[in-house]
Amino acid sequence: MEKLIQQIKQGKVWPFPGGIHPPGQKGLSNASPITRLPLPDKLVVPLKQHIGANGQLIVEKGQTVLKGQALTKPVANWSVPVHAPTSGVITDICQMPSAHPSALPELSIIIAPDGQDKWCELTPHIAFADLAHDELIDIIHNSGISGMGGAGFPTYIKADSRKPIEFLIVNAVECEPYITADDVLMREHADKIVTGIKIMQQLLSPTLTIIGIEDNKPEAIEAMQQAAKHDDTIIVQTVPTVYPSGGEKQLIQLLTDKEVPSAGIPADIGVLVHNVGTLYAIEQAVLEGKPLIERVVTVTGNTIHNAGNVWALLGTEIKHLLDCQGFSPVPQQRVVMGGPMMGFTLPTVRIGVIKTTNCILAPDHDELAEPGPEQACIRCSACADACPASLLPQQLQWFAKSKEYDKLKEYNLFDCIECGACAYVCPSEIPLVQYYRVAKVEIKEQQAEKIKAERAKERFELRKERLEREQEARQNRHKRKPAAKSADEKQKVADALARVKSSDEKSDNKSAVAAAIARAKAKKNSGELEPDNSEVAKERAARKEQARAYKAQKEAGSSTNETADDKKSAVAAAIARAKAKKAAKADEESVTEQVPVDDKKPAVAAAIARAKAKKAAKADEEPVTEQPPVDDKKAAVAAAIARAKAKKAAKADEEPVTEQPPADDKKAAVAAAIARAKAKKAAKADEELPTEQPPVDDKKAAVAAAIARAKAKKAAKADKVEELNEVSVVSEPEQPQESALHSDEDKKKAAVAAAIARAKAKKAAKADVTKSADEVTVSSELEQAKESAPLSAEDKKKAAVAKAIARAKAKKNQQEGSDKS
Amino acid sequence: MKLTMASSPHNHSHKSLNTLMLTVIAACIPGFIAQVIFFGTGVVIQLVLALITVSVAEATIMKMRKRPTFQTLKDGSAWLTGVLLALSIPPLAPWWIIVIGCLFSIVIVKQLYGGLGFNLFNPAMAAYVLLLISFPVQMTAWLPVSDLLGNSIDFSQQLGVIFTDFTATGFSVDQLRVGIDGMTMATPLDTVKTDIAHGLTASESMQSPLFNEWVGKGWGWVNLGFLIGGLYLIKSKVINWHIPVSLIVTLAVCSGIGYIASPGTEAGIVFHLFSGATMFAAFFIATDPVSAATTNKGRLIYGAIIGLLIYLIRTFGGFPDAVAFAVILLNMAVPLIDYYTQPRTYGHGVKK
Repeated sequence: MEKLIQQIKQGKVWPFPGGIHPPGQKGLSNASPITRLPLPDKLVVPLKQHIGANGQLIVEKGQTVLKGQALTKPVANWSVPVHAPTSGVITDICQMPSAHPSALPELSIIIAPDGQDKWCELTPHIAFADLAHDELIDIIHNSGISGMGGAGFPTYIKADSRKPIEFLIVNAVECEPYITADDVLMREHADKIVTGIKIMQQLLSPTLTIIGIEDNKPEAIEAMQQAAKHDDTIIVQTVPTVYPSGGEKQLIQLLTDKEVPSAGIPADIGVLVHNVGTLYAIEQAVLEGKPLIERVVTVTGNTIHNAGNVWALLGTEIKHLLDCQGFSPVPQQRVVMGGPMMGFTLPTVRIGVIKTTNCILAPDHDELAEPGPEQACIRCSACADACPASLLPQQLQWFAKSKEYDKLKEYNLFDCIECGACAYVCPSEIPLVQYYRVAKVEIKEQQAEKIKAERAKERFELRKERLEREQEARQNRHKRKPAAKSADEKQKVADALARVKSSDEKSDNKSAVAAAIARAKAKKNSGELEPDNSEVAKERAARKEQARAYKAQKEAGSSTNETADDKKSAVAAAIARAKAKKAAKADEESVTEQVPVDDKKPAVAAAIARAKAKKAAKADEEPVTEQPPVDDKKAAVAAAIARAKAKKAAKADEEPVTEQPPADDKKAAVAAAIARAKAKKAAKADEELPTEQPPVDDKKAAVAAAIARAKAKKAAKADKVEELNEVSVVSEPEQPQESALHSDEDKKKAAVAAAIARAKAKKAAKADVTKSADEVTVSSELEQAKESAPLSAEDKKKAAVAKAIARAKAKKNQQEGSDKS
Repeated sequence: MKLTMASSPHNHSHKSLNTLMLTVIAACIPGFIAQVIFFGTGVVIQLVLALITVSVAEATIMKMRKRPTFQTLKDGSAWLTGVLLALSIPPLAPWWIIVIGCLFSIVIVKQLYGGLGFNLFNPAMAAYVLLLISFPVQMTAWLPVSDLLGNSIDFSQQLGVIFTDFTATGFSVDQLRVGIDGMTMATPLDTVKTDIAHGLTASESMQSPLFNEWVGKGWGWVNLGFLIGGLYLIKSKVINWHIPVSLIVTLAVCSGIGYIASPGTEAGIVFHLFSGATMFAAFFIATDPVSAATTNKGRLIYGAIIGLLIYLIRTFGGFPDAVAFAVILLNMAVPLIDYYTQPRTYGHGVKK
């Protein structure tokens, strides 16, 4: 240790491997003193100008601020405040392109200077030696100081290091070509920088402070030596001019022969590095009470007439800097923030100076030639010879190109400091650094993905478990169900209604209502898998209430009716179902149709249709071979309607209908309502299959139901295509319910009407989908179906079947047509 | 204002593939001149043939691969391969030797492996090995240095030999190789090897008019020429010193040990270093960046093993010279060498 300090004091440096010697070009800008720019028209001050979180906004639009007034206050997580660079009015607080390679918008405060440049009240501390450690840290923190060399690390964190610091290193190397901001700052303010060093020494009490300056800055070396000559704990060390000796890790190695461990920080080895600009800012903050609101910026390049260094207020647009120094752009002009090795090109000059902006470089194409085309790597390893971190850039490049992330990590990609020395020397002009940047981002993303995937897997497994549990519970219920069956027809109805939830209540109207409610509940349960079900549940509850109220009203109104009991129960059930269906939908409308019914047969038929439709909606299901018997042609009608409904159900959302198909059979309507609800349910992927089939007894109805099944299946498939036509198609089948209230025409008409409605709906879909030749076929078939219905008055059943078949064909055609299109 | 975006660094050393390759070609000039002086202008004809063949081959393949033809040709790597091969083969070898060699090196060894940067083997040496194995007679038919020739031949005669196998006056290569003393002349390496096999000592063998004090007449100068060119390459940072130095040192050490162990059958260090293709191999062949080791430590190992193999094959093998075999063998070992010789990255295994 003693020996090391002895060696350091004797001026020994330990050259790091690699490094390059690009043309310095410093003479362009270091010949003249730092000038002060006229106030710009506006200042764009981003809230975040450093590494860490941004501060909390404490000003608002329209507010007048004084120079040096804090605009944000520090909160947690390395947040550092920003201050008003001059007095003026905040004209806006909005997202503006940031001074970052991505130029991603950053919340910025836009200030219109009032020209008075009036300071807020400042509290200087001349006798800083009397200040306590924490007081000094607070001053540094509240003055918004972050590293001004490039990275922008919050200075108060570094200054408050808990680890013992042996060497305080002052980075005055400024190895990037062109940049002379630190050079001229040292020439002009060496004393203040040394004061800044003393403040740091007070905070960290290092054994030795080493100021590292490249030997191409003799004036700065002279000035610093002069300023520090009375303090033998400060050493000005001249280091050879090699890029990137100003890199933090390289400078530590150069001055102390120590290496920062991979993924570690300098404090781990008792070293702390501060940039001279930062130390100057600390001096200003402590001794003069001035927060960080301006910095020295080198404006240089062959397109700048008066290349030199300027004091630029933070937030000054680059355009103002360029204009003030005289700028004549060349075609394909590049404007680089930072130096030619590590700086980034700006997409626009309407970006503000931030705390880390040390240089604005506007080169022409002679001094910095545009990159040529990338050629093949010949493995010459000139890159490896230039790499200051002793990496193998050439190998890394192959791995990056082939996305071998494990290999990249094995070859220590993350130790790359992106200095650009490899790309500088590459004879094939391979943009090596760019490959590494991309690869680093990809690896980080991949790691993030991995974590995300693990979490998702966890969630999935929990869900699976829950679903299994629920399914088991349902199966248990099904096992108990057969006991509740009876020969009584009413009981059958109740059974059909209570399929989802077993009910041991009596088969009177109340039990039917209860079953309906239970069904709705069951649906709600299945809906719980969806994220926003709480609201849906609320609406559902409201609707249930509504349904009950309606039922009560209905009861009162139709008390003279002999079949009141049956009717009411069916009505209630239908309403409940309709509501439940609605509730299950994400975007819903306020439909309040109610359907009166008067026969239990349709209910049975509908229940069958329902079951079938549900089954049919599943693509991988095998065709149902058994034919559920039904006993009335009404059932056929109902099934036909169910078909239409099923088709509709396969669609995602619904809308109010403009056209009212004249359907007027109550029973049909009820059946339809039930079928609709069920078909919709069936369309849900996570629904389970009904395990039992209610007994029925008419084969015609069975035929109809079978056709309905086919339709539903088709509809589910056509889903995507039809979504396009939703507007015209979707809503029509909704209508019958409302018109069903007028219930005194005969069933035949109803069937015909329903057929027409269906035809219309189908036609509409057709029109939207395609103008294929199939259209003709479809419409003519529909036409035929329509005509034949009234003619065959005594043969209603046949007609219904025929129509259904025609419809099936039509649908098939349509589907084929849309597939082709 | 529309600004151009680019990724850093925005500066470049202005070193290009083209200048790199042309520098290597230029560095061949001293050795090439020595060859012309001592072995006649046939090498110029071979060079022209080689350049034409590699250009046509490279351009054709580039067309077939739908890659930029001229730009690829311009990088100069194909020309370098042609030059190296032309300098390796006997100057009066028939024209089809160099044509076959060039086609093989460009089409098979380089482009079929994926083009520049992807070839596992040194194209020139792979082609040399192919030619040596397939056409051993033509490939070993080196003339003695011109002042030992029984029949001195001019440029047009050499042209005749290369294209028709005979000079205008009707001499074949074998007849031309007959020296002034009526003996068929071989290369110094060949001569020593054959003589030692016949029971002569190395020093007796070197009494032959083929030799100066220590090395074969002419060959010493050719090697010196390549040494000068090679030093220029190191100075201009086109190649690193590691491979040539380790190769030459190893060969010197081996031949030194051999000489001490068996002075009678060993020709000595200077003979080994300045005979055959030693210097050419050390600076121009083994340093081919694509097929050589890429880490500095790896380069030392790579060069050393090549040096060792050259000595072993020369001394104990069946072929008079060994550069091509040694280089090809080590080309195969490069991935392994590279893997085990990665440098310590900054911050890893930090010293205390």
